[in-house]
Amino acid sequence: MADAANQIPDRIPINLIVNGNRRTLDLVPWTTLLDALREHLALTGTKKGCDHGQCGACTVLVDGRRVNSCLTLAVMKDGAEITTIEGLARDGALHPLQQAFIDHDAFQCGYCTPGQICSATGLLAEGRAKDSDEIRELMSGNLCRCGAYPNIIAAIQQAMGRP
Amino acid sequence: MNAYVGTSTSRVDGRAKVTGAAKYAGEFAADRLLHGFVVEATIPRGRIARLDTSQALKVKGVLDVLTHAHRPPLAGKDEAWKDEVAPEEGSPFRPLYDDGVKFNGQPIALVVAEDWETAKFAATLVRVGYQEEQAFATDLEAERGKAAEVKQPHKPRGDAAGALAASAVRHEADYFIPTEHHNPMELYATTVVWDGNGRLTVYDKTQGVQNVHRYLCNVFGKKPDDIRVLSPYVGGAFGSGLRPQYQVVLATLGALALKRSVRVVLTRQQMYGLGHRPATIEHLGLGAKPDGTLDAVTHEATAITSCYEDFARNDTGWAEQLYKSPNSRYSHKLVRLDVSTPSDMRAPGAASGVCALECAMDELAVALKLDPIELRLKCYSDSDQSEDLPYTSKQLRACYARGAEAFGWNRRNPTPRAMRDGKELVGWSMATGVWEALQMPVAVRIVLSANGHAEVSCAASDIGTGTYTIVAQVAADALGLPIENIDVRLADSTLPQAPVEGGSWMAASSAHAVLEAAEDIRRELALLASTMPSSPLAGVDAADVVLVDGTIAKDGEKSRAVSITDAMRHGKLERLEKQKLNHFAEDKSHARNTHSAVFAEVRVDEQLGVIRVTRIVSAVAAGRILNTKTGRSQIMGGVVWGIGMALHEETAMDHRFGRIMNANIAEYHIPANADIHDIDVIFVDERDHHINRLGVKGLGEIGIVGVPAAIANAVYHATGKRIRRFPITLDKLLA
Repeated sequence: MADAANQIPDRIPINLIVNGNRRTLDLVPWTTLLDALREHLALTGTKKGCDHGQCGACTVLVDGRRVNSCLTLAVMKDGAEITTIEGLARDGALHPLQQAFIDHDAFQCGYCTPGQICSATGLLAEGRAKDSDEIRELMSGNLCRCGAYPNIIAAIQQAMGRP
Repeated sequence: MNAYVGTSTSRVDGRAKVTGAAKYAGEFAADRLLHGFVVEATIPRGRIARLDTSQALKVKGVLDVLTHAHRPPLAGKDEAWKDEVAPEEGSPFRPLYDDGVKFNGQPIALVVAEDWETAKFAATLVRVGYQEEQAFATDLEAERGKAAEVKQPHKPRGDAAGALAASAVRHEADYFIPTEHHNPMELYATTVVWDGNGRLTVYDKTQGVQNVHRYLCNVFGKKPDDIRVLSPYVGGAFGSGLRPQYQVVLATLGALALKRSVRVVLTRQQMYGLGHRPATIEHLGLGAKPDGTLDAVTHEATAITSCYEDFARNDTGWAEQLYKSPNSRYSHKLVRLDVSTPSDMRAPGAASGVCALECAMDELAVALKLDPIELRLKCYSDSDQSEDLPYTSKQLRACYARGAEAFGWNRRNPTPRAMRDGKELVGWSMATGVWEALQMPVAVRIVLSANGHAEVSCAASDIGTGTYTIVAQVAADALGLPIENIDVRLADSTLPQAPVEGGSWMAASSAHAVLEAAEDIRRELALLASTMPSSPLAGVDAADVVLVDGTIAKDGEKSRAVSITDAMRHGKLERLEKQKLNHFAEDKSHARNTHSAVFAEVRVDEQLGVIRVTRIVSAVAAGRILNTKTGRSQIMGGVVWGIGMALHEETAMDHRFGRIMNANIAEYHIPANADIHDIDVIFVDERDHHINRLGVKGLGEIGIVGVPAAIANAVYHATGKRIRRFPITLDKLLA
């Protein structure tokens, strides 16, 4: 037991390209990508809702693919390109999904929203969802306790250019 | 005059929320911020015999481990711990106060470290020995015989027991509602910023900053100026943030002990150690004549509470408002168990009680061979029978009619199992919803600048309900300014008074406070404008002056106007500040309620028992709707909660250990996107000139009420099986 108490592992240097900017971090290996973003880079737009990959609030894009950042150790992503909610708007102009979420009131408290929007961005890039049933299915990794689901579907359809 | 009120204005905080700029309690930065991690009790009842923190303290980066034996002082009297929402009876829980363990998951230590990961690791090294008490109980059904009656507001009318026994058609049954947890998406969190000299700025996940402020001052013996509490954004709450949560005490203890800023964020699992909707057995008795008129209603609720506080809400009594009956009796009983105290959770009391009442009404309709809407219309009550009061407004008949039309009710085959689509049985049914239309004193301050911008501020919270937006809408209309010129500040304990955000009272309460403050601004501007040289408003009575399009104008004669900017410059005013506390006149001449008719379509896979809720129509009568976009969202959210209550949600306890088995958001099921299909929200026109100036009633709770019953009734209609034990899962259908 006495040994366990002093076993804080060594820090490991990593590089992340976060929203286009190169960031260098020294992290203990147990640091999740989520905590690296929130606690070490002050990017609190990415949310922690469960820390167990159950709710999707922490969804970010890693090299263009949507992932649960709470289930991803930061050291595993050395050199990767990370896009968070803070990186979606360009020069003050909202991403079409961000605007669609406002237009359709696709959130209430706003806490799951960054994860929903990052997940929807990944979904659109995947090109798999053709209709509302498929969007529902493929967005079900992102829980919304306020119950904005029908509005989330409507917002994603607007961004897809479908009625 | 109403450019914004009643429209579908988008949320004014929308941009902050979709860009990640909105900051929640656990996200505020502070110099040399420390992180706390909670150690929980693993027994339901007993004493801490040994608490060894030595190994945790050896971890590099750990500064301290706070326990009941090692912490700054805490108040010793119950009064200090009673927040404004605390139950009247009992002794509130005091975190890290003594060696007693009152429930499994109770916080018993706080590890404070330089970073979160270190605190979390060190927490695993805290060793705890207990003196366990074997005689503990967590099972409502096993302990039902120990239930004790608590006082209820509704007096019995007539001889309900006798009338029920003598009724031609009778339905009696128990309905079981399990314990449920709020599970807002944001983890319960507090960041306490150490401002020096013992002064603290507290960012807390709460529905009432002033409630938390008073509580912290009392618990820590602080002066009001020493503590400031803020919650600018709240990531969902649903009642969980009405009472101060224990992490706000722990974070404050940490800050005071170490004289540094401290953040405490609970894990999802730890959140199950706070409030919950209490498990309840609802016993309904309905007696009727063959024509469908009621002879008797009895409703007895038996709910759980903790061993240290008596938490009780109005599960029963709603039939007094809905259904005419000459005889009625209601009672509410509590069973004290070794669990944490229940708390308000969306439509507390009504969500459970009306669920049972509306399932029972459906069963009665079947027994009477009556259409369920027809039965409800037969005993429709135009008065609140308990006090014999008329309603300020009650468009429930219109809710039934509009909802039925939108749903296609006339195409329903009343026979169970008669509707089918391929391998799925289809069920159509309905239920009624009811909630109170409450209103509370709220104060608002408006600061109007000469450039035509206004800051509107109030201590009220916006927990996702849209308070920022409706306050901006009402202020923009009252001041005659574009909504972009209105800056709303909320949820800071130093701002004008507001109660906790709950009970669906904040929309009406905050809107009328805005009107009152704006009225004072209008009067002063009218006076200023009329005294300007060659004023077009000279001689015009102040009562005939309105604020419109950035001007002060004669009502109905827009050409006679002065710009706000010119009038304020004339008065040498850069800013005009008015603060007003609005009290609603006490009026006990009418009952005040919101109503709904909920229609549900379910599809049940006959072989697998899988249930899908494919359509919900919710027709709501709730007075004037301030914002049809955010209002629709609130009702839709309530419907999603109702679907969860009907089919998914249940906190499962292992009664052998008194410990929750599914304390996470994967095994405690809440609806996911794939569970939700068409939801049609209809706002029935309801002009209420009696309730308040704007005719506003509030929408936060009414959306959930009735939904679980409508779904349960539709499951019966689809399958012919009546499931009275919620949630309705496929194992119960296949049994």
